[in-house]
Parts: sequence; C-alpha cells; structure tokens
Amino acid sequence: MNTMTENSTVGYVTDDGRQIGGTIMEMKNITLRFGGVVAIENISFDIHEGEIRAIIGPNGAGKSSMLNVISGFYHPQEGEVWFNGKKRPSMKPFEVAEQGIARTFQNIALFKGMTTLDNIMTGRLTKMKTGMLSQAIWWGKAAKEEEEHRQKVEEIIDFLEIQAIRKTPVGRLPYGLQKRVELGRALAAEPKLLLLDEPMAGMNVEEKEDMSRFILDVNDEFGTTIALIEHDMGVVMDISDRVVVMDYGKKIGDGTPSEVLANQEVIDAYLGVSHD
Amino acid sequence: MLYREAGDFKTSYAEDNQTFPIKFDRYAYYLLLVAAFGVVPFFINDYWANAVLVPFLIYAIATIGLNILIGYCGQLSLGTGGFMAVGAFASYKLMTAFPEVSIIVHILLAGGITALVGMAFGLPSLRIKGFYLAVATLAAQFFLVWLFNRVPWFYNYSASGQISAPERSVFGINVTGPNVDAWAQYMVCLVFVFASAWLARNLTRGTMGRSWMAIRDMDIAAEIIGVNPLKAKLTAFAVSSFFIGIAGALLFTVYLGAAEVGEAFGIQKSFLVLFMVIIGGLGSIFGSFAGAAFMVLLPVLLKNVLVGGMNWPTDVAAHFQFVIVGALIIAFLILEPHGLAQLWRVAKEKLRLWPFPH
Repeated sequence: MNTMTENSTVGYVTDDGRQIGGTIMEMKNITLRFGGVVAIENISFDIHEGEIRAIIGPNGAGKSSMLNVISGFYHPQEGEVWFNGKKRPSMKPFEVAEQGIARTFQNIALFKGMTTLDNIMTGRLTKMKTGMLSQAIWWGKAAKEEEEHRQKVEEIIDFLEIQAIRKTPVGRLPYGLQKRVELGRALAAEPKLLLLDEPMAGMNVEEKEDMSRFILDVNDEFGTTIALIEHDMGVVMDISDRVVVMDYGKKIGDGTPSEVLANQEVIDAYLGVSHD
Repeated sequence: MLYREAGDFKTSYAEDNQTFPIKFDRYAYYLLLVAAFGVVPFFINDYWANAVLVPFLIYAIATIGLNILIGYCGQLSLGTGGFMAVGAFASYKLMTAFPEVSIIVHILLAGGITALVGMAFGLPSLRIKGFYLAVATLAAQFFLVWLFNRVPWFYNYSASGQISAPERSVFGINVTGPNVDAWAQYMVCLVFVFASAWLARNLTRGTMGRSWMAIRDMDIAAEIIGVNPLKAKLTAFAVSSFFIGIAGALLFTVYLGAAEVGEAFGIQKSFLVLFMVIIGGLGSIFGSFAGAAFMVLLPVLLKNVLVGGMNWPTDVAAHFQFVIVGALIIAFLILEPHGLAQLWRVAKEKLRLWPFPH
C-alpha cells in the first residue's frame, strides 16, 4: 500500500467511510518524570496519517505533558518517539517544527503586539529561506518570497473567515477569534501533524460548533493529521476517529469513541470510584 | 479631509506591503527626503549642524539600533555606550592603521566589529531575560569603557589617553578633522541615517523582524513555530550593535573629533539612548527618529528660551534644564507609555476623519 518501514501498520477505514493511512507517529513506552512525580508512565500509542486522534482524561492525567513530549518541550526519561517511520532523536521545539509538527496552546500563545496577518505569517517561518542580506535590501528574492507566502496566508485567512481582522493587533481581539488566529498560525506551517491543546476551552456552544467545523474541514480539505486534547466529551466523541484515555499518567483506554465509552475503567475514571 | 485613504485601492500584495501605504504619507516622505538632501545642505550653518542636526542624525542611528534590540526583539540592554565606544575605537584604529582606505569603509567596518562584540555580549540573553539581562549588559558597558581606558594600544599610546580623528575626506571633501564644513558633516550623517533607517525597516518587516517580534511577544510560542531562539537573539544583537557601532564611529569621527572614553561613552550615554527609544516608541522606526529629536532638541530649545528669551543666568538655566527635561520624561511616560510613535498614530487616526467626529 505504501513504502512504510517495519514499525508501520496499514491503515483502516472509518465508520463514515474515510480511508486512514498508515502510522505517522508512534509513542513507544514513554515515561516522563519530574523529580519524584511520574507525569507519564509507560504509555504507548500511535497516530495514523489522516485521522483525528483525541487524548482525553481527567485533570492532571498527563495529557498536556504528552503533547509537550511530542512537540519537544519535555524529554522523556524512557521510551521512543517515532515520526514518519524514523526514530526521533532528542530535539528542541524549533527542530520539531521544522519536521512538520505544529501546535496550539491551552492558554492562547499568540504574539500580542503583532497583527493577525503577521501572526499567521510567522507560521510560515520554517518555509521562508531568504538570507538576511537579501531581506535587508528587500530586492528580488526576499520581496518575491514575501508575496508568495502572503498568498498562502491569505488562503488560510479566507478559510478561517477572518478577513476583516487581518490588520488588527491580536491583543485586541475577542477570545474566540484569538483561538481561530492561533489555529491559522499553526495551519500556515502546512503541518503533517497538528496538535491542538484544548481548542475549545472557554468557548460557548456556537464558538465550539464553529471550531469543530474548522477542525473537521482542516482534516478533510488539507488531509492534515490531528491530535487533540479536549474536555468536552460530546465534541470529542463526535469528531475524533480514535481516542486515547489517560488517568494519573497511565493509559486506561484506547480505541474508537464507542469502544472507549464502553470501557469500564474509563467510566470509573470519569464518574469516580474509590481508589483504595 | 486632506489626509485620507478613500479611493486608494491596493491591487497587489506588494502595494499592500509598502512602507507608506497611504498616498499622502508617501508624498510627505518624498518631500522630506528632497528637503533633507537638496535644500538643507545649502542653508546649514555651524550652529545648526553642531547643536542640532548632526547630533540628532547620529543619535537617530543609535536609537534605531537599540530599538531593534529592545523594541523589536525584547532584549533589554544598557550597554549602548560601551558599544558606541567599540565603534569609535574601531574606526580610530582603522583610520590610523590604514590611512589610504576611505573613511566610509572604516565606519562600516567599525559597525561590523561592534556587531561581533555585541553578539559576544548577547550570549547571556539565551539564559537570562529582562532586568537580569539588563544587568549583564551593564557589565559590558563598564568592561568596555575600562578596557579602552586601560589598554594603551587602543588609543595608540597617546599621553592624554584621548583619541582624536585625523583629517579624512570623501570625494576630496573633508569630513573629519578641524577643517570641516558644516554641510559635509551633515551630508555624511544623513546618508548613513537614510541607509540605516531603510535597512532597519526592511529587516523588521520581513521574516527576520517577525522572528524577533515573536521572541519578544512570547518566546515559547516562537520556538514552537520554528524560530531558533539562539539565531533570533544573536542576529538582533548583531544588527543592533552594527547600527550602534556606526553611530559611535560617526559621533567620534564626524561630530566630536576627539574623545575620552569615560566622558564620551559612559553610562549616561546608554541611558540617553534608552530614553530616546522609550520616549520615541518601542518597536517603531519613526519613533526612533522622534525620540532622538525630542532628546536632542528639547535641551537646545529650553536653553534658547531660558537664557535667550527670559535672560536667566546660564548656570541656573542649565540646572533647570535637567529638572524640566526630567519632569517632561516622567509626564510623558505616564500620559503616553507607548511613546511619540503612538501619539503620531492616534493623530493620524483623528486626521483621517477630520473634520467629522466619527
């Protein structure tokens, strides 16, 4: 089917008939400790190309830590991260970005002093290659490159329907729009894998619906693989293809939404049983 | 009514990206250039050159340099005086070692040397931020002044410990030394200012500027979208120091002619340029000019008013000048923390609608 290496598995077909590719990322036996605290304990899971993969769990389960391991902020003490069929050495976040992994943050991390346009243009930094001298004289290559990338950014602005706030400093925008701009900035990098850390936190129902639609559209139109953390179970069950459930740093469930919902351990973790 | 953008449609991204997207601004800018290059040199006299225009132009370059570091990249620096000294001493050593090479080349090389020194002192910025970085750069300030005082090689073993600029010319016209015309001094500085502002504007609007601003606004998010913090911070230090070095070289060669390092490039110079950046407006090239103009012109204006207009004794006027300038700076920071550039932006917003209220 494709030229994947030996650790890849073949794809599968979702309930709604979409063909999902082979493994794009695989976490193998990840353990992450901060001093004596074990944030993630021996967790393995994979992400297939083109799917929407959700990571859920109660507060403090280690979901964000897992995302930080993927994006290179944290370096696990044990375990391996495989991306695109290759074992990934320990990397800095900007090197991870160059590999084609983009993300958004739980608390919006936009560049507040810059306009929407500039914020999304920064998303294309890894693709812009002209040297400093060429930029300094703004002649030929640098100016041309800027225009080419502006074209791409405008496509994203159209896609997210934020044309009207193009030149507005993002610090002045309402919360929901800021979330959208942050998604735009991550999309501008044309990532192979997009990580979303609680994309719908703090939103009202309408904003959540909008955001869900954008996430599905991104997956559908660009074929982007998405891994997301979300607390709204309704949304998670609706939009994701497969779900990983974490609790206290351990994986307690993995599978399609309906499989996960039927899992007794997951029900216990969410509804609560006495941990004796 | 006069100042408006209605009907000024942009049909390409290049047009949308220009420095002055509004026609009125663009023509005002061209007019200013024509006046600065074509009119002022014919009317300039020694007083205007030495008291007002030449220091304003030189400090404008230094302010652009520091603004790139503080305003665009968010790295606080108090080492400006020291870096200006590097530019001055580098140009002095080059001028005396290679008298046959053009002074323009020497000034550019002095900027390059300062860029390297700036990068070396910028290395701590990878580990420390904010006030702690400011203290680290303060060390650069004191170390560099001490170095140029203590190592006689830098001032060619002169007895006084001073450096003085030998006579040099460009296209047969003296630009340094005692026999120099006001307009020649002015023109040299103007050319450097124009080039610096143009380069700074280009660097700050492209990829490099965006990676600096990304580091300034949120360094973690910058890293996650692929900004290499090492590269971004060190290039900011290098570019900033390049401009500051050129300003130092010009200050010494063209303006002062002779300099003693502790006096000309002490800590007060670092603060002066920092005030210019803050009063002008962080992260604005226009603000750099406005801040430099404010800090250079205000004392001259006050002196003229107090001594010339109100017949105060010179020493009393000089003391009051400190009080007034200080009070104005404080008033300014309270009333408009974003500096003159922000005032200018607000004024333009208002002008766009004038004479209608909405």
